[in-house]
Amino acid sequence: MIEQAWLIPVIPLAATLLIVFFGKREPLRGAGISILATGAAFVISVAVFVQVLGGAHAERSWPWFEIGDLRFEIGMNVDGLAAVMFVVVTLVSLLVQIYSVGYMAHEPRFTWYFAALSLFTGSMLNLVIANDLFQLLVGWELVGICSYLLIGHFWEEKENADAANKAFITTRTGDVPFVFGIFVLTFAAGTTNITEITELAQGGAISAGALTVAALLLFGGAIGKSAQFPLHVWLPDAMAGPTPVSALIHAATMVAAGVYMVGRLFGVFAGSAEALTFVAVIGAITMLIAALLALVQDDIKRVLAYSTVSQLGYMMAALGLGPAGYTAGLFHLFTHAFFKALLFLGAGSVIHAVHSNRMSEMGGLRTAMPVTFWTFIIGSAALAGIPPLAGFWSKDEIIVEAFREAQYGVWIVAVLTALLTAFYMTRAIALTFFGDYRGQGHPHESPRVMTVPLVALAGLAAVAGFYGAPFLEGGFSELVHFGEEAHAAQFDLGMAALSVGLAAVGIAAGWALYGRWRERDPLRSLGPLYAFLDRKYFLDDVYLRGIVRPIQYPIAAFVNWTSRVILDGIVNGFGILARLLGRATEAVDRRVVDGAVNRVAVGTGWTGALLRYVQSGNVQRYAVFLFVGVAVLAVIFTRV
Amino acid sequence: MIRLPLVLIFSGALFAIGVYGVLARRNAVLVLMSIELMLNAVNVNLVAFSQWLRDGLVAGQVFALFVITVAAAEVGIGLAIVILIFRNRETINVDEVNLLRW
Amino acid sequence: MFETWALSLAVFLPTVGTIVIALVPRERDRLIRLLGILFTGAALLVGIVVLFGFDFSAPGAFGAAQGASALQYRVDVSWISAIDARYHMGLDGVSLPLLVLTLLLSFLCMVYTWRFLPEPGRPKPFVALLLLLQTGMAGTFVAFDLVLFFVFWELVLVPMYFLIGVWGGPNREYAAIKFFLYTLFGSLFMLLGFLAMYFKANPNTFDMIALQQAGGTFGRTFQLVVFAGLFLGFAIKVPMWPFHTWLPDAHTEAPTVGSVLLAGVLLKMGTYGFVRIALPILPQAARIWAPVIGVLAVIAILYAALACLAQRDLKRLIAFSSVGHMGFVMLGTATLTDVGINAAIYGMVAHGIITGMLFFLAGSLHERYHTREIAEIGGGMLQKVPYLASVLAFTAIASLGLPGLAGFWGEVMALLSSYRPAPGLSLGLFRTLMVFGGIGTVLTAGYFLWMLQRVNLGTVPERWRDKQFRDMTAVEYVSWAPLLVAIVVLGVFPRIVLGVTNEAVGTLLTLF
Repeated sequence: MIEQAWLIPVIPLAATLLIVFFGKREPLRGAGISILATGAAFVISVAVFVQVLGGAHAERSWPWFEIGDLRFEIGMNVDGLAAVMFVVVTLVSLLVQIYSVGYMAHEPRFTWYFAALSLFTGSMLNLVIANDLFQLLVGWELVGICSYLLIGHFWEEKENADAANKAFITTRTGDVPFVFGIFVLTFAAGTTNITEITELAQGGAISAGALTVAALLLFGGAIGKSAQFPLHVWLPDAMAGPTPVSALIHAATMVAAGVYMVGRLFGVFAGSAEALTFVAVIGAITMLIAALLALVQDDIKRVLAYSTVSQLGYMMAALGLGPAGYTAGLFHLFTHAFFKALLFLGAGSVIHAVHSNRMSEMGGLRTAMPVTFWTFIIGSAALAGIPPLAGFWSKDEIIVEAFREAQYGVWIVAVLTALLTAFYMTRAIALTFFGDYRGQGHPHESPRVMTVPLVALAGLAAVAGFYGAPFLEGGFSELVHFGEEAHAAQFDLGMAALSVGLAAVGIAAGWALYGRWRERDPLRSLGPLYAFLDRKYFLDDVYLRGIVRPIQYPIAAFVNWTSRVILDGIVNGFGILARLLGRATEAVDRRVVDGAVNRVAVGTGWTGALLRYVQSGNVQRYAVFLFVGVAVLAVIFTRV
Repeated sequence: MIRLPLVLIFSGALFAIGVYGVLARRNAVLVLMSIELMLNAVNVNLVAFSQWLRDGLVAGQVFALFVITVAAAEVGIGLAIVILIFRNRETINVDEVNLLRW
Repeated sequence: MFETWALSLAVFLPTVGTIVIALVPRERDRLIRLLGILFTGAALLVGIVVLFGFDFSAPGAFGAAQGASALQYRVDVSWISAIDARYHMGLDGVSLPLLVLTLLLSFLCMVYTWRFLPEPGRPKPFVALLLLLQTGMAGTFVAFDLVLFFVFWELVLVPMYFLIGVWGGPNREYAAIKFFLYTLFGSLFMLLGFLAMYFKANPNTFDMIALQQAGGTFGRTFQLVVFAGLFLGFAIKVPMWPFHTWLPDAHTEAPTVGSVLLAGVLLKMGTYGFVRIALPILPQAARIWAPVIGVLAVIAILYAALACLAQRDLKRLIAFSSVGHMGFVMLGTATLTDVGINAAIYGMVAHGIITGMLFFLAGSLHERYHTREIAEIGGGMLQKVPYLASVLAFTAIASLGLPGLAGFWGEVMALLSSYRPAPGLSLGLFRTLMVFGGIGTVLTAGYFLWMLQRVNLGTVPERWRDKQFRDMTAVEYVSWAPLLVAIVVLGVFPRIVLGVTNEAVGTLLTLF
């Protein structure tokens, strides 16, 4: 099966076309094709995964196009990392799609929605399978446009379209350095084949300087795509999209792309200590600032969004630790996919019931929506790092590795963030599910088609961690590791106790503050700090008022003005000048040239008028002239 | 034998009278007559020189005959014109006959 | 037989069409339009046959030794013997994509005209002029004699002048005259350059390939001056910043198919001129001029993107976006590398398809709304005319350079080439240009998405709510489908164009 792994992205991509052209005639209005295709991709993924577990590895390349002496290929590289990602992406996508059948049932553009989901999935799978930088880039950008399409799905509202634009343009800003990083690698390595580049980078064939530059530039793309500081601003706004899309974006496709890319090109990053440090620092900053922002959100999806940003920070920080953190970071990506998808789908279920995103309009839903409640609890606990759920294993591994690598800054931030994570998730649960219902109408549990994916994901969120747990032989670290040696997870009882303890503190604090509903958020007593967080560190304001709006209006207007007035003025000036010149020439022509001609005529006339008096008609006078003439001539001739 | 200068003086005077007549007289008939005078002055000159040069071919006399013939034709046409003018304009005063005026 | 006649057939069939239509009484509206479709279709058919007979592995018609023999479908007969001007036409990998693009776009424009004829109607002169225009455009891309090239080059101006001046918008006369005079102004200097090369070459010749041979003997100063003349002629046509101001006016006023051909083909004549004439004949000057071209190109990218943000008229916005896209083409050309020039040719084809499509859309939009003001349309097009709006979104996204669609490869490869320009060109400068070009791609995404938001998204404003608009019509489906398919196919298989050009460009670079 592994030889046919290329089918995994191709099937959803083909399904997109089918849905666009024939989706409306299908009984499930397009959802059937989409789910079938993703299901098929999932089945193949599992088969491939099993084979990869058995030690198989497939790497194939087909020529794509040539330009000069550069050769580009379409290829597939099915190693452990790719196999894991296949399963995660197809599984999460499949569950999200099933869930969407219920969630989107009464929403507009149902068919189109599934077409975009299929394209989204296919693009991400293409990115995962890619063995060529440019093939990766294609998947990378397609993922971006799909998220644009899906975030802006309810485009009747301006805010949603704004959010879609913001997501695309922010990530595209990161893509500029990413593309340049690809250029650097292309020329430094002389090939775009990722496997070859990794070998060359590891073998020292690429200079350290080039590797550093390439890695930093590539990471720019990851900063955009994986919502790292300072380009994380698009992700919370991306909540404008339908909730299942958020689940997909946050768990399996969009934001995972950045982390996956760093993992895939880790050979390049590992070759540069500076780049790794940069990755770790950005990751640490991101995890902390995002966790702080999650504290003050009222929108349940925004809490989750910031928590995603924060968790992505964990992954980046882990990858920044170098080969030691490689497995830990990607393992966190793996576990996070399940519990974050679960949390989003759970939030979607809540929103579906109360028709509001605001936690201040929820409360007491635990009795009305038991399945959602319990699954949400499992997801939150996994996120907060409660053993033995998935998040505990992966997060703990990161914390342990940070400590062992003596990256104490990262370690402290990671530990602190663990505390904050437990706190804000407790807050979200307390506000949503406990207390009394504060919203409109009577919420009911969601239909079966939505709760089944929740339960499935809850199961995965509970057990996925064991796959990478330290005591499991041949687990995740066997499959996903950097270098020849697998870097098995280490279990450190002290660390585990510390992180669980901190999580418990966070939960306790959260419960203490939010166990009972208060009209005024207790955190408001932080004063200016709360305002600072509430305004998202003023980053949005800086970007919007400092960059976007000035470019959008005054600068653009100025440029247009220069074109219309100055440049066009010069052109029109030439035109006017030419016309003036023409008029002048015309004047000269009329007065001088034609004037001379006319003068000659007039002068002739005058002369004639004068001479005509000679013509008296008097023959005798003529004769006098004749005679005088003869006389004169006679005199002259006689003189001569 | 009349001496040549005398003849020339005579013919010159005759020619001058003719010129005067042509230029001064207003009567068309008299103008024509004056022209005849001038022509005859020329004839006298021609004959005189012919004699003086003792020309074997007597070209001067021959020319004089030609001139006489031409003068006769000229007078004929001239008088005819004068008569026509008189018929049309009831005058033969050349001052009044100025159709070719500007 | 077909070998030697094919190009003449492809170029002059439309002229025959012009003559035939001139003989048809003007009341026979349908017949006239049908004849237009038939003649352009026949030319396209010839083009397709040529395409299938083309040897893609052949080198390009550059270089002294094998230049002429590399030409396919070559015809070379004496034309004006007094000045050694020859009727010399041929095809190589650089010409072929542009010729096919020309034939295809002209045909689709004719199909579009079957239903849409701008005010004040009068199909007979309209169709006849379009056909004449096609001769000029197609001829430019296959002429290998400078005089012949110049004749075709100038032939294009006249029909386009009338198309804008008669069938244009309210300010059409100004735009038409500006277009005509501005371009003519440039081509005057180009002609001077041609003449200078003619007299300098020994023996005197107008033959492009022979001139490439002779070009090596030209002195440095001479090359620089002649290049300046050619530059002016070509740069105005492209148009490069700051010679672009005729373009927005011409586009805004031109009728839809006029805009399509203007953006789709006419602009490429300028860039083609650089690749075909200026670079290979005057390589030494090209090297010195390259940084100037590169800088102007990147200014154009950023400048156009910013100007686009300020546009209120949809067509004007697309026109400015053309300036930016042609900036990428020129940036690729300026690197003087095989990657860059391949990217440039790819960019030309992609831009021709995508921007041609965008102008079609702008025209069809105007057909329905009777306005092109973005603010007046006011959004909600996806609700009002969903298919039309979807196609607009698709094309705009293609135009902003999404991978997998045609717009991407030209831009990214142009940037790639400026990471490593030809030896001798400043690395620092070109990498700076690359960075600014990259910023340009973000701005490009910005203005296209903003345009989509204001036109497509949101709810239908009050004033359109009760109006009934037809969604896409059959004629629109037929005339657009090939372009839409091409956008995807070229995006997924860039080899379709690059495979044609790669060998040819490789030969070009042997001159440097």
